[in-house]
Amino acid sequence: MADMAVHNAHPPGFAHQFEDMEQQREAGSLGMWVFLLTEMMFFGGLFATYIVYRALYLPSFEIGSHLLEVKFGALNTAVLIGSSLTMALAIHSAQIGKRGAPVGFLIATMILGATFLFIKFTFEWRHDYIEHLVPGFGFVIRPEWGAPGAHVPMFFCFYFFMTGLHALHMIIGIGILAVLTVMAHRRRFTPDYYSPLEVSGLYWHFVDIIWIFLFPLLYLIGGRYPGGGH
Amino acid sequence: MSEHIVPVKTYIGIFVALLCFTALTTGIAYVDLGAFNTVAALAIAVVKMLLVVLFFMHVKYSGGLTKVFIFAGVLFFAILVTLTLADELTRNWSPTPTGWGTLVLLARFF
Repeated sequence: MADMAVHNAHPPGFAHQFEDMEQQREAGSLGMWVFLLTEMMFFGGLFATYIVYRALYLPSFEIGSHLLEVKFGALNTAVLIGSSLTMALAIHSAQIGKRGAPVGFLIATMILGATFLFIKFTFEWRHDYIEHLVPGFGFVIRPEWGAPGAHVPMFFCFYFFMTGLHALHMIIGIGILAVLTVMAHRRRFTPDYYSPLEVSGLYWHFVDIIWIFLFPLLYLIGGRYPGGGH
Repeated sequence: MSEHIVPVKTYIGIFVALLCFTALTTGIAYVDLGAFNTVAALAIAVVKMLLVVLFFMHVKYSGGLTKVFIFAGVLFFAILVTLTLADELTRNWSPTPTGWGTLVLLARFF
């Protein structure tokens, strides 16, 4: 019976192998960070090859970059930063035990994430396809690009692989948020136990950071001033 | 991830700072700074990353173990980029044989 008493004393969500909630939280967060570091090396391979090819074909990369619309890139950066804020506020509201609040913030995060994807797919990728800028799908090298034009498709390969992999992470993130919303609606989170929110938040912020680097690397190469490039 | 609860005011402040840095990096791209354009863009991106990691991801309030793990990850990414560039940028580029050229060259040895 003593065992039962100890068991009942546990806060909800406490796993027996841990000393206390504090240790459990730290273990969960550390485990998520290990996963995010593997993700960093996963994207890191793309970033490293991007750096090499940018160094080799800088004029081609500048032509490619100038074909992207900065306003959509900047707008999407703002949208993602906003979604990171609502994600952080969702966790905050669970920490202070506000009733029902995580649901609203989680839905707001999902809406902002979906807005990002909508802008990316409809205003950017679709436009690129119409302009014949998708390698492998009728890419047309324009004569006005001159000699560096030969390697402009290389830039767009990087553009579509990097933004595509990022978009895939966003789609997975929205799926995770949907599950969290249901959990929050069923009142699974308390100020003592909100680890699923915390680790999913880490993932969402990580995806935000990837975009924080993709935006200048893809949209702002070599400057946007008249006659850009250096 | 200690019990430390970050006040909403801090989150809003970081959010506004991130928006300002986004506007700044976009604005700087329209000013001719030569090679410094790339340096500025990357420096601003790193500052934005630090703001997100330290505050949104609570690393400022995390234990030393988490910080060491993240540092190790960043170190390995730096090794990946540095060693790749050390090879690529210091090669003596020789003209690449095209078509059957490679086979013709090999045939000369026999």
